[in-house]
Amino acid sequence: MDLTILLFLLQDGLTNGAVYALLGLALVLVFAVTRVIFIPQGEFVAYGGLTYALLSTGKVPGTAWMMLCFGLAAFLFEVAARGRTLTPRDLAREVAMKIVWPLAILAITRLIVSYPPSALVNVVLSVAIVGSLGPYLYRIAYQPIEDASVLVLLIASVGVHLAMLGLGLVFFGPEGLRAEALISSSFNLGPLLITGQSIAVYVATIALIVALALFFETSIHGKALRATAINRVGARLVGIRTVMAGRIAFALAAAIGAISGLLIVPATTLYYDTGFLIGLKGFVAAIIGGLVSYPLTAIAALGVGIVEAFASFYASNYKEIIVFTLLLPILTWRSLTHTDHDEEE
Amino acid sequence: MNPRVLLGLFIAAIAVLPQIPGLPPFWLTLMDNIGLASLVAMGLVLLTGVGGLTSFGQAAFVGFGAYTTAVLTTTYGLNPWLTLPISLLTTGLAALVLGALTVRLSGHFLPLGTIAWGISLYYLFGKVEILGRHDGISGIPPLSIFGKSLIDPGAVYYVIWAFVFLAGIASVNLLDSRTGRALKALRSGKILASAFGIQPAGMKLMVFVYAALLAGLSGWLYAHTQRAVNPTPFGITPGIEYLFMAVLGGAGQVWGAILGAGLVTILKDVLQRVVPLVTGGSAQFETIVFGLLLVGLLQVAREGLWPHLASLFPARQPDDVDQSVSLEPLVRDGGSGTGPLLQVAAARKQFGGLVAVNDVSFDVGRAEIMALIGPNGAGKSTTFNLITSVLDLTGGAIRFAGQPITDADQQTIARLGIARTFQHVKLVQDVSVLENVALGAHLRGSAGPVASILRTDRAEEARLLAEAARQITRVGLAEHMHKPAGSLALGQQRIVEIARALCLAPRLLLLDEPAAGLRHFEKEALAALLTQLRAEGMSVLLVEHDMGFVMSLTDRIVVLDFGTKIAEGPPAEIKTNPAVLAAYLGGTE
Repeated sequence: MDLTILLFLLQDGLTNGAVYALLGLALVLVFAVTRVIFIPQGEFVAYGGLTYALLSTGKVPGTAWMMLCFGLAAFLFEVAARGRTLTPRDLAREVAMKIVWPLAILAITRLIVSYPPSALVNVVLSVAIVGSLGPYLYRIAYQPIEDASVLVLLIASVGVHLAMLGLGLVFFGPEGLRAEALISSSFNLGPLLITGQSIAVYVATIALIVALALFFETSIHGKALRATAINRVGARLVGIRTVMAGRIAFALAAAIGAISGLLIVPATTLYYDTGFLIGLKGFVAAIIGGLVSYPLTAIAALGVGIVEAFASFYASNYKEIIVFTLLLPILTWRSLTHTDHDEEE
Repeated sequence: MNPRVLLGLFIAAIAVLPQIPGLPPFWLTLMDNIGLASLVAMGLVLLTGVGGLTSFGQAAFVGFGAYTTAVLTTTYGLNPWLTLPISLLTTGLAALVLGALTVRLSGHFLPLGTIAWGISLYYLFGKVEILGRHDGISGIPPLSIFGKSLIDPGAVYYVIWAFVFLAGIASVNLLDSRTGRALKALRSGKILASAFGIQPAGMKLMVFVYAALLAGLSGWLYAHTQRAVNPTPFGITPGIEYLFMAVLGGAGQVWGAILGAGLVTILKDVLQRVVPLVTGGSAQFETIVFGLLLVGLLQVAREGLWPHLASLFPARQPDDVDQSVSLEPLVRDGGSGTGPLLQVAAARKQFGGLVAVNDVSFDVGRAEIMALIGPNGAGKSTTFNLITSVLDLTGGAIRFAGQPITDADQQTIARLGIARTFQHVKLVQDVSVLENVALGAHLRGSAGPVASILRTDRAEEARLLAEAARQITRVGLAEHMHKPAGSLALGQQRIVEIARALCLAPRLLLLDEPAAGLRHFEKEALAALLTQLRAEGMSVLLVEHDMGFVMSLTDRIVVLDFGTKIAEGPPAEIKTNPAVLAAYLGGTE
């Protein structure tokens, strides 16, 4: 192997790894706050990328309608769960968040697509559409069983994954989609061709990590999330609504998923079922980080990207096999260092 | 109605079904598929429902069974019946290797691990040349019996369902045995199982391989029913569906697996075949519906459907246990002699900077009742855990009957004759008191899984249950013998734990707060029991907060405070010891 190939593979690995890092961070976030192992994270990637791709071709993506359906369902769940205890003020807020908001986004989307596409508007719209799905999903699928064991939540996650996979097929069809690069320029650095898109990936990843760090360190909501992650009961005792924390965590995770999708859809053709594998690679990183450590997860994600790049060069047929088999020794190592909370003594 | 009669009726119905005139052949194909899926789901009932190991990767084992026979019958022209043992062997070996890795994963890492190898194996099936890569292998011969080829779905039907019933009976037998009790104990944690001499990892591996073998059997049948294999049915989504079937039927319910497999298979068929006819579309709704159903099921009926179905029928009266058969005492290797039974010498336990047990030394004599008392956080339960090897010592040594047990594992300690109860009750809640107590006699039996399945363990099983029944009667809970342990009051559950510990025929009994939650007369009965045990030569070490109970019963008392021994002596002396009074009531200095 010569230096050029080495550098090329490294660059390729880092670009993919940056995306895995984003997903890994979202997974750690969701797990820490809600104890949900968020298998459907990858579906948000596909949804985000495909929504953007459809918007760029001037079509109203099915996810906009889906968001409205999810919002209505979440509204019904909320009303059914709270019944007569729902005050008019709360009801108005629920209507605003779960019915008016998706309707507004849908209306804007329908309006926008009749004009010549603007990349920036489409980016914002895609993140708004797909990001909104997160909290609705939390309300429908997870909130009713929020006190169940990690295992039950995991099985629920698998159910959500199946449902979202099927919905993806219904809304996007079996064909893959690709979008124009956000930044089409590129330049040479030594033997390497650096594309504007890969720069966008790095910048977006770093910006999001910094934003998340600021959110957790300085904002009151961020602190509430951290408190919930450390001790749910304790957080509740000091007046933090863990349901609110869960909703925010899911909104962030869905938005991060959507952004990841935006970042890769110009480079790879996305299918409705591509997200699952991408999400699982974020998982590999999150698990190396023990589902608790953000920095370790980010570093591990870059490692996963690099391993994958080299695996696809040397044994392209066995790329997925290598990446997922690597997870087994990591899980074993994590199990050895993990203190079993199920046993109290 | 007796469950055996119900099972007989069900078998008869299954046998008659293909003979109904005018039955669309398509129904038989559907029934074949239900049978094939039932086998896999049944394995998952034991693995996940009973053993608590959630696997999303069972479809991969179906693949091992199917591909093994596909290659051997097409490329090498072997007879399908000849490949059955080879298919099972391949699946079993694969399960041994994957299981050895998987059962060591803890908590939620385990299901994630099964997803990882499930995906890897799916891709592997699609890449290997000899397995036909993505196209798979076609032209697999059908099964034949006496030269008659079972090519018709109605013919292979009988083979499939015969295997389903055999597997069901084997699984029920396995659960209703010494091995089954050990398996059920796994869900209550490693510590409980180990305390009665069970190797949790070995037991998990056993049930993992068992479940994989049922999946491999299903794969072998599948290959000869479908007569073609490709990687698709062995991926992660089918793996999720199998788990869904087991959860839907009811985790832990062997026959519920057929119910779950039946409902899912029929639903899948309706969604694939009927819905597109109605809507005119070609979109696949099955994944959406399955996903929503799985989420909904967890919200409304996490225990599955079988228990609801079963409650429609009156429960079978449990058989009375014949208490006359006797069980041989546990044969113990060495370590008798004279001198103190238990010697704790400068035992020390540090958790980071916290010294939980600080160089504590004491002896427990033979036929002596001794109490370990002290305020909350004094290190009493930690000392118990050090003696039983749940925790490793940071320093010091422990000897039992003259032999060092400092580095012995929990199983060895149980075998030597130390039995314990737990501060936080560890009973298998949905299992009867009798079965819970019989777990204590685990080491006094030897029947393994094969003997359980073939029912050659019945004589030993009767002796184990008789011993359990005797101990339950002895502690005064005979009337509750057949109730689920979880239905008893907490104080009674503590007594059940004592009966379970007695089943080990221990030389030293460690009781962690046995009188907590007992009423006055129950405490008196407990004191009488312990006094009687002492008279029979057993030693008792107990942690207890009820001072009246401790003072009237014990021979000697050791007092701990902040991990340090502050006093030791007979009750009368401890009562007036100034250091003890200071520790309990607050010092005056």
